[in-house]
Amino acid sequence: MQVANKLSPFFENLNFERDDNTMVINFGPQHPSAHGQLRLVLELDGEQVVKAYPDIGYLHRGIEKMAENMTYNEFLPTTDRLDYIASTSNNYAYSLAVEKLLGIEAPRRAQVIRTMLLELNRIISHLFFVATHALDVGAMSVFLYAFREREFAMDLMEDYCGARLTHSAVRIGGVPLDLPQNWLENAAAFCDKIDYEVEHTYGALLNENRIWKMRLEDVGVISAEDALSWGCTGVMLRGSGVKWDIRKEEPYELYSELDFDIPTSDRCDSYGRFRMYMEEMKQSTRIIRQLIPMYKDTEPQLMAHAPQYISATKEEIMTQNYALMQHFVLVTQGMRPPKGEVYVPTESPKGELGFYIKSEGEPYAYRLKCRAPSFFHTGLLQKLLVGTYIADVVTIIGTTNIVFGEVDR
Amino acid sequence: MRKYVPKDNVQKKAYYTDRFHVVPRVPREEVIDTHFEAVVFNLGEYVKDAYIEIGQLVVHIEATKNFSVLKLLKEQCGYLQCSEQSAVDYLAKDGEFELFWQLLNVNEAKRVRVVCRLANGAAIESIEPLFKSANFAEREMFDMFGIKVNNHPFLKRILMPDDWEGHPLLKTYPLFGDEFASWYEVDKIFGKEYRDIIGPENRDPAKVDRHDTKRFSRVGYEVPFGADISEGETERKIEYSETVLVNYNKKASKTLDERR
Repeated sequence: MQVANKLSPFFENLNFERDDNTMVINFGPQHPSAHGQLRLVLELDGEQVVKAYPDIGYLHRGIEKMAENMTYNEFLPTTDRLDYIASTSNNYAYSLAVEKLLGIEAPRRAQVIRTMLLELNRIISHLFFVATHALDVGAMSVFLYAFREREFAMDLMEDYCGARLTHSAVRIGGVPLDLPQNWLENAAAFCDKIDYEVEHTYGALLNENRIWKMRLEDVGVISAEDALSWGCTGVMLRGSGVKWDIRKEEPYELYSELDFDIPTSDRCDSYGRFRMYMEEMKQSTRIIRQLIPMYKDTEPQLMAHAPQYISATKEEIMTQNYALMQHFVLVTQGMRPPKGEVYVPTESPKGELGFYIKSEGEPYAYRLKCRAPSFFHTGLLQKLLVGTYIADVVTIIGTTNIVFGEVDR
Repeated sequence: MRKYVPKDNVQKKAYYTDRFHVVPRVPREEVIDTHFEAVVFNLGEYVKDAYIEIGQLVVHIEATKNFSVLKLLKEQCGYLQCSEQSAVDYLAKDGEFELFWQLLNVNEAKRVRVVCRLANGAAIESIEPLFKSANFAEREMFDMFGIKVNNHPFLKRILMPDDWEGHPLLKTYPLFGDEFASWYEVDKIFGKEYRDIIGPENRDPAKVDRHDTKRFSRVGYEVPFGADISEGETERKIEYSETVLVNYNKKASKTLDERR
């Protein structure tokens, strides 16, 4: 038995000395394919994984604790830090949960803008997935092309809200800003670009690529029953043949008025999921294209009218005394939603992102639970990795598309 | 007289309170004549209370019956996914936790929340045999609240380090951490005896020193304009950090008396 001290720490592969000859290796948390801060303890028999133990918490910042100590509006920028690849979808999921609690609805123009931003964020996130997944598996050039288009999408976000990564582009009750000039034209041009690139660049590079298919086909197979039991949502669930998309089944915002398809795959493997990510990008551009004419028919109101909870417009605050007083109270004390609890699921690019809020009528949430899709997808790794080979581990981590901001919270 | 601060809930409280303010409640609807009637009927006598709140069925049950209820929901009512489970700390008010399980029926697009109350120190039965997603969710609940789960395959802390003391989401746990949390790195790397050597002023990079003008020392600790913040101490002079290039604290060592 080894004696560990500060100078010679534990040699971790103790099991290697044993007769049955399994080796324990640490994958991460500093591994470039660990998608942030995943530490994966793998027990290997030769090259085969016998046991996988995902160890998380390296990025734990206590966001749920912070929510209990912040007013509802104060907490909103914190949600950016959950799934930092697509911040607006977190802002939106949180705002929607609070809006449901308050019983208010965003005005039509805000809804159009929100839906557009959500789909734009989906494209940003999916491009990031395609890029990093290809890089993980070994296809370097896709990374460069996908990040090129992702920059254009982030330019659009920057045009709208000024930020590229942590957007905070949605407010409780609406959106803070109207679209800038030429934004719709740029968005339309971007949609054309994405459609072309998905088909002719990433698709052409990967879809029928022999090496890519060999690396992805029949890797990370999970049945529909297991996917449901392990709490998989989003592409992970649809990739196993369950046609479940919250945008269609429990529509929020304008999704009930929009015409789009939900791609599913019954291959249950990484390749099927990859093809679905590609298809979803096309569906997102389809949604954005439908929203562009809808924008023109809307009234200019951006925030819901609910003086008890939502500040009035700038114009009203500067001209009307009561609006100013109400604004002062809302800024210094925060809104006080009614007593009650709410769980609102939304379809974020990663899966079902839901916020459970328990309110006791105070300006601070009594309890806020963030149901992050990546958290459960990380839990799934302990099933998915068993029996696979060490070379496929990175592919499987990549295909779950986990982001550690929301795993650890 | 100093304001009384309750010890059993150290989370932030509203500064302004209105004695006459009556907090409204989110409307609860009856289950009768809705889709959920069949669910409540199937659960039978397990149901203590059932209503619909913001589109989702909420079922209150006994804490000991959680496994049977969730099994019924999974096998009879088609709720195949447990999206989320966690707890709410009501120790200060009732001495209990409120646990909830958020279930999803994929075929009918319906959601049910099963709620129960669990006494402090009691354990709950694991639903991991029914829903594998509970594996991580129950570990998180144990980590954050210290609620023990019977028959969980691997009940261990998940987000906090294994040797952590305290459960961060309890209402008694302060936002900035307790004594143990603030010395955690020092204890672990150097040992407890180094606490005195290192001293509280160096242990925590986020420590707020009101004399320190270099960091945002008064953010979050604002006082009314003109208030006396000295607390009887004499004000220290502002200290500047010594850089390689300029030493602000020292007088210039050499002055030239005449121009060369």
